[in-house]
Amino acid sequence: MQQHPLHDVVITGVHNTRQAKVLEGHDSRSISLEAAHGAVADAGLNPIDIDGVVGPFGNDFIYQHRIGPVWRSLSPLGIPAVLEAAMAIACGLATTVLIATGEAGSHRQRSSTAPWTRPTNEFVAPFGMFTAAEFALMARRHMHLYGTTPESMAHVAAVIRNNGHVHPDAVFRDRGPFTVADVLESRMVADPFHLLDCAMTSEGGTAMVLTSADRASGSAKPVHVLGGGTDHFGPAYQNPPVWETGGRRRPDLIAGTVGRRASELAFSAAGISVEDVDVCEFYDPFSFEIIRQFEAFGFCGVGEGGDFVLSGAIEPGGRFPITTDGGTMSFSHGGAAVQLLQRVIRGVQQLRGTCSSMQVAGAEIAMCTGGGSGAMFTDVIVLGTGEP
Amino acid sequence: MTRLHAQPGPITAPATSIFSEPYWEGCARGELRFQRCMSCSHPVHTPAAVCSACGADTLVWESSSGTGVIHSYTIVWRPVTQDFQVPYAPAIIELSEGWFLLTCVIDCETEALFVGAAVEISFHATADGVTLPYARLK
Repeated sequence: MQQHPLHDVVITGVHNTRQAKVLEGHDSRSISLEAAHGAVADAGLNPIDIDGVVGPFGNDFIYQHRIGPVWRSLSPLGIPAVLEAAMAIACGLATTVLIATGEAGSHRQRSSTAPWTRPTNEFVAPFGMFTAAEFALMARRHMHLYGTTPESMAHVAAVIRNNGHVHPDAVFRDRGPFTVADVLESRMVADPFHLLDCAMTSEGGTAMVLTSADRASGSAKPVHVLGGGTDHFGPAYQNPPVWETGGRRRPDLIAGTVGRRASELAFSAAGISVEDVDVCEFYDPFSFEIIRQFEAFGFCGVGEGGDFVLSGAIEPGGRFPITTDGGTMSFSHGGAAVQLLQRVIRGVQQLRGTCSSMQVAGAEIAMCTGGGSGAMFTDVIVLGTGEP
Repeated sequence: MTRLHAQPGPITAPATSIFSEPYWEGCARGELRFQRCMSCSHPVHTPAAVCSACGADTLVWESSSGTGVIHSYTIVWRPVTQDFQVPYAPAIIELSEGWFLLTCVIDCETEALFVGAAVEISFHATADGVTLPYARLK
């Protein structure tokens, strides 16, 4: 069989800056550049080795370091950016790509929800919609259809928050430990989501360097891109987030299981199945989304996600440990997109075996995700310690 | 028991589009409008250029019965901005014609909400000159 083009690509550098509720003395550009320099150094490279750049302040990096002309992507961040960078390398548009992003100073007026959560669309804004309410409508439908309980959601939140509680760099380190009761007793935000079911907001930067496997032969522990996919059902926060929203191309796929096709593509390219996944770095905007993703990706049947997360699988030491740095609930949620890339960063750290907490022993395959049903999209990438 | 009310405002006037102007004109007249495909009769909302079921560009405006059921709902206790008074209850309403509308349920207790509850759409003129469709339990 011909080798999959993505399998030539490896991740050789990752870096998270300090994450905090407020990063004094920083703005989004300064923290993004700090992240970029950290990832380039982690890859053992210099800025002049970079010939492809992704990220909102990528042009500053290009100009300040006078590395132009280089390949430049305007891709949105997170997994689509990683996949586009990998494709650029596989296609020969660039040899070594930097993805960098960060946010600071954009959300310090806390009387409103964060600006990136507030849609301006004519069909949702007049009704006071924001991200938590959009996702709550999906969760409530799932509760109605399958009997999913607030306790199962709270269990997810407690596990993720406890992962962050012991992470030395998490914004909410030492805030726990949390029990299911703690989550259920926290104030209601958008029923069924309590405060502790929801992502927090913070500031931070993050960055990654990808290159071709042959160029990385000297790197300590290059992490291989094994496969990926992105599933979109249309614009986020404009149309009613109806669980049953279907598509004409494949009627078996609905918005409630968005990410299924992406995971099928990712598993197929990687030549693996769910049983091969060692660590699930799932995106956690709301507790329910973890339950939904296990169903969408085929770890369990649709409607069985609540029981699945209560089975002992998702805790440290479980068969499918989740979101091991504390995710957006505890590690950091740096803005509209910073935290999306951080799921992939954590997957790389797990496969390098360098996690300072919650290291999954012997992890060889990491599944990282982004998005969510309330936003009508889910992205997937599968990483490995070696080629398939 | 906590009662749900229409928002007193201020509510920013919706930024309408070429597609949605007939919808908001209907609201101003107390008429709930949706698009119907003349090729396959599928109902369409939000306002679109083509039918989501068959792709035809044969959509025409039609008046809804304004009756339906709660498909899903949430009760918000942390407002999106200080302009909104809590609690409020965003909900997806499945109209009798088979299309989905996002609105808020008002004029009932929060405890009265459930998936499948029958509702009726009525219109509420805000102080800002915007007329919004809301759902009330039947």
